[in-house]
Amino acid sequence: MVKVKSLADLKKIKSELQSKMELREKSENPEKSVQVKVAMATCGIASGAKQVMDFLIEEFEKRGIEAIVTQTGCMGYCYAEPTIEVTVPGKDPLVFGYVNIKKADEIIEKYIKNGELVEGIIPVNYETIEK
Amino acid sequence: MKDLSLHILDIVQNSITANASFIEISIEESHKANKYILKIKDNGKGMSPEMAEKVTDPYVTSRTTRKVGLGLPLLKMNAERTGGQLEIISEEGKGTEVVAVFILNNIDRLPLGDIAGTIVLLASANPTIEFVYSHIVDGERYIFDTREVKEALNEVSINDIHIFKYLKEMINENLDEIKATK
Repeated sequence: MVKVKSLADLKKIKSELQSKMELREKSENPEKSVQVKVAMATCGIASGAKQVMDFLIEEFEKRGIEAIVTQTGCMGYCYAEPTIEVTVPGKDPLVFGYVNIKKADEIIEKYIKNGELVEGIIPVNYETIEK
Repeated sequence: MKDLSLHILDIVQNSITANASFIEISIEESHKANKYILKIKDNGKGMSPEMAEKVTDPYVTSRTTRKVGLGLPLLKMNAERTGGQLEIISEEGKGTEVVAVFILNNIDRLPLGDIAGTIVLLASANPTIEFVYSHIVDGERYIFDTREVKEALNEVSINDIHIFKYLKEMINENLDEIKATK
């Protein structure tokens, strides 16, 4: 395939993608997508958050998972960076710490695909029984 | 930070926190003057002159989650290591500009790193913010403007995971053409 270089090339790719997307049924609404936030302050970036984010975007595309990957600031868990928050549709968000590429792969395969919990969850958003 | 693109990713975070809606990132390489200049300019809320003076102190930060702020001090250190310097121009209510000057041929000048990935990542993670990235090599320039890109993409969102690699490719191809120093 010819490499994308100009905005015109980009438009062409976009139309190609769009025709494919139509077939794949439109799951554009964010409630149906997996949402991942990667903590990207100085601490996160220095520990490799960008590689993790690149990996997530690439793999979601390859593995056909509809997802939105965004970045966020420091959540105060600098010791456990890189940290990511994963929200699977219909579930509460979960924060994972010490996420390298291997861990990210495990999170996709086990947690996002099968709903199994994996090690490394930082309990930040638990609720107490008595409110 | 291992490379300049990671510094950019980091410093732009300050602009985002300052509620900027427009962020300009520019790199100017001049082989004649032996300079490598990085500028990051935003239209965020800006800082008071006192704060602007203190921000390169690692123990000064506006955040409340922790007591240290290393983004600017680390960039300053890396610029000064090459014999360059860091300057911060800020006005409350108007925005902030960070200028880091590196000496181009100095052995301590960080490599640029994955700049295309960084720019696309910033643009896709912050779809409501407009970014302009310009790279100038001795007068030859390439400009990546998210306003143009969004127009070209039309109804496809800039943070669509399927478009990511093509945007990266587009930037890399153009940087190769102007022979940007890696």
